[in-house]
Amino acid sequence: MSEGGRAAILGNIRRALGRGELQGEARAACEARLKSHARNLVPARGQLPREEQVALFIRMAEAVKASVSRVAKDDDVPGAVVDYLKGQNLPADVIMAPDPALDRYGWASQKMLAIRRGKPVDADQVGVTGALCGVAETGTLMMASGPEHPTTLNFMPETHVVVLRAAQMVGAYEEGFDLLRAKGAMPRTVNLITGPSRTGDIEQKIELGAHGPRRLHIVIVDD
Amino acid sequence: MPALTSENFRANSVKALGNAQLQRALDNIRRDFVDFKGRAVGELPEYDALKREAIALKNHTLENLDFYLDTFAKNVEASGGHIHWCQAAGEAREAIVAICKKRGAKTMAKGKSMVGEEIGLNAYLEAAGLTPIETDLGEYIIQMRGETPSHITAPAIHLTKEDVADTFAEHHNHARRPAEIPALIAEAREMLRPRYHEADIGLTGANFLIAETGSSMIITNEGNGDLSQILPRTHIVLASIDKIVPTIEDALTVARVLARTSSGQEFTVYNTFSTGARRPGDLDGPEEFHVVLLDNGRSALMGTKQQAMLRCIRCAACLNHCPVYKSVGGHAYGAVYTGPMGAVITPSLIGIDKAAPLPNASTFCGRCESVCPMGIPLPALMRDWREREYERAEAPAALRSGIGVWAYLAKRPALYARATWLGVKALRVIGGRRGRLASLPLGQGWTATRDFPAPEGATFRAQWRRTRGAA
Repeated sequence: MSEGGRAAILGNIRRALGRGELQGEARAACEARLKSHARNLVPARGQLPREEQVALFIRMAEAVKASVSRVAKDDDVPGAVVDYLKGQNLPADVIMAPDPALDRYGWASQKMLAIRRGKPVDADQVGVTGALCGVAETGTLMMASGPEHPTTLNFMPETHVVVLRAAQMVGAYEEGFDLLRAKGAMPRTVNLITGPSRTGDIEQKIELGAHGPRRLHIVIVDD
Repeated sequence: MPALTSENFRANSVKALGNAQLQRALDNIRRDFVDFKGRAVGELPEYDALKREAIALKNHTLENLDFYLDTFAKNVEASGGHIHWCQAAGEAREAIVAICKKRGAKTMAKGKSMVGEEIGLNAYLEAAGLTPIETDLGEYIIQMRGETPSHITAPAIHLTKEDVADTFAEHHNHARRPAEIPALIAEAREMLRPRYHEADIGLTGANFLIAETGSSMIITNEGNGDLSQILPRTHIVLASIDKIVPTIEDALTVARVLARTSSGQEFTVYNTFSTGARRPGDLDGPEEFHVVLLDNGRSALMGTKQQAMLRCIRCAACLNHCPVYKSVGGHAYGAVYTGPMGAVITPSLIGIDKAAPLPNASTFCGRCESVCPMGIPLPALMRDWREREYERAEAPAALRSGIGVWAYLAKRPALYARATWLGVKALRVIGGRRGRLASLPLGQGWTATRDFPAPEGATFRAQWRRTRGAA
C-alpha cells in the first residue's frame, strides 16, 4: 500500500504540475537549496554585541514569565540555584542532567543541596540542565537531546532551572542550528523553549504550567 | 464522533445565535484575545518582509512538492524512521492501527492533531479496541464531552469555565468544584500525567515536515505534544503533504510568522524538532518513529485556483477576525475545519455537495485575507467554490430558474422592457394604497422580516428614455 501510495501521490502532483519527475536545472536548484540551507531574513533585533544580546535575552525571557539571575563566576552558580529554590519554597533536591559541562560548578559547596544525575521521575520537582545556547531574539533556550541531556528533564519537573553561560548567547535561532550542524547529525529531539509552559484553552486566559514546567529559571554565568 | 452537518449551516447558525451559553463563551474571542496588531506586527519591523518570504518559500515548495516530499521520506528512513504514504483517510487510519497492533498497544497519548480530526481517528481507534487519550487541554475537555473542536487552535473556545468545571466533575467522578481556571488546569495536569507513562503509543501532528533532515516539527504552548512523544515507546507523526518545507531555516521563518498571527506571541513556547527514534546512549525518547503522510484530496488542488490554500499554516488568524465565526462559533459550520479557512477547505474534503453553504457563510468583508500571514485570497477561493457549486447546478432551484428567466429576458431588450413594465405595474397593484408589499413572490426570505416598497413611477429604462435628452 505504501509504495503504491507513494507512486499515486507523486503522480498526481506531477500531473497537476504538468511535468514528470523533477529533472535537470530545476532539480539541481532544489538540491542546492537543501544543501546550502541558506538563511532567510533574520530579524535585526538580535544582531548585537554579546553584552547587549545578554540584556535583550533577559528582557525577552522575563517578558514571557521566565526568571533570570546572573552570576559573575562558576563558583556562584550553586548558591544562585539554592537561593532561587528557597525563594520559591521549593525543596533543595534536584534531578540534574548527567552533562559533564555542569560538573565545573562546584556543587559540593552547597551542603544542603541534594543532587541526583539522570532522567527524571514524576516525584522530581526540580530539574537542572544546561543548554546548547540562548537566543537573544526572543529569550529562547535551545536544547538538544543526547546521553548527557534527556529531553524529559525539559518537560517533567514542575520547575526547570537552566544554567547558561553568557558566551553561549547567540542572536537568532539560525545560529543555534549552525552550532548543532557543526556537531554532526540532528539529535533525536531539539527543543526551542521560550518561557514556562502555558495554556489559554479555558476562556482564552493564559495560565502557566499546563503540562510542562510551571517555572523556568535561567542562571546566566559571566565568563 | 458527532455527525458533521455542513449542509445545515443555516439552521445551525440560528441555533447558535440563540444559545446564551455559547454567546457568553464567544465573548472571549470577541475581546480579541489575540492582540494581533499590537504584538504581532508592531514589535517586529520585519514582519511584512518575513511574511513575503514565507509565502514565496511555500510557493516554491508547492511547485516542487514531489521532489521535497520524496526527499523528506528518504531522510526519515535514513534517520531510522518509517514512512507511510496514504492517499485517503482510510489508508491513514489503517496504517496507524497496524502500527499499534504490531506494537501490541492498548493506549495512545495524543498531541493535538487537526489531521487526526479530519480522518476521524479516535472513533476508528476505539472500534479497533484502542484507547486514545487527548492530552491538549482543550482537546481533553472536548473528548470527554464527545464534541469536535470548534476552533483549530483553541478547540474548546465554545465553553465557559463553568462548563469545564461541570465536565470535570462528571468525568473525574467528584463533586462540582468552583470554576477556577488555575485549579481546572492543575486538575487536568494531575489526571493526565500518569496517562503519558501508560501510553504505548504517542501520536502528534506536525506544523512542518522538513525535507532536509526528515524531521517533523510541532509548535505548542502546553508541552503535552512533547510528553506525548518522548514518554511512549513509539512516536507516530500524522501529517498532510502540505506541511513540507525544504530546510530548518525555512521552518524557522514560517514559525516566526505563525507565533505572531496565531497567538500574538513573539515565539511559541515549544518549537520541537523530532528526527527518528532515540539514539544509542539516549536515556529517553521513543524506540520507533513513524510518519504517516496523508494526501486526502490535497494533490487534487494542485494546479487549480485552490492550490493557494495549500500554503495555509493553520494559525487561525482568519477565524479570530471573522465576523461570521465570532457570531456563530465553530460548531455551526458542522465541519472539522471552521471559519474562513474551513469554508474553503471543507468542500475539497467532503465535496461541495455536502458543504455548499460554507463558502456562502461570509460577509465578504475581506478581514480574513488581510490578516492571513500566507496571503491566501480566502474570499476569492470561496467565490471559486460558489461558482463551481453553481456550475454543478447545485444552487437552489429557485435561484437557478430565477437567473435563467432573467438571462433569457436580458438577451431580448424589447421583451425585457415589456416584462419589467408589467412587473412594476403588477407590484404597484399588489402594493395597493400602502405602497408596500408584505410578501414578495419568490422573495419570501427577504420579506419575512420586512416589507418591500412597491415600485413608484416608470421603469428605469422608461425614465432613462424620457430624461436622457434633458440631462
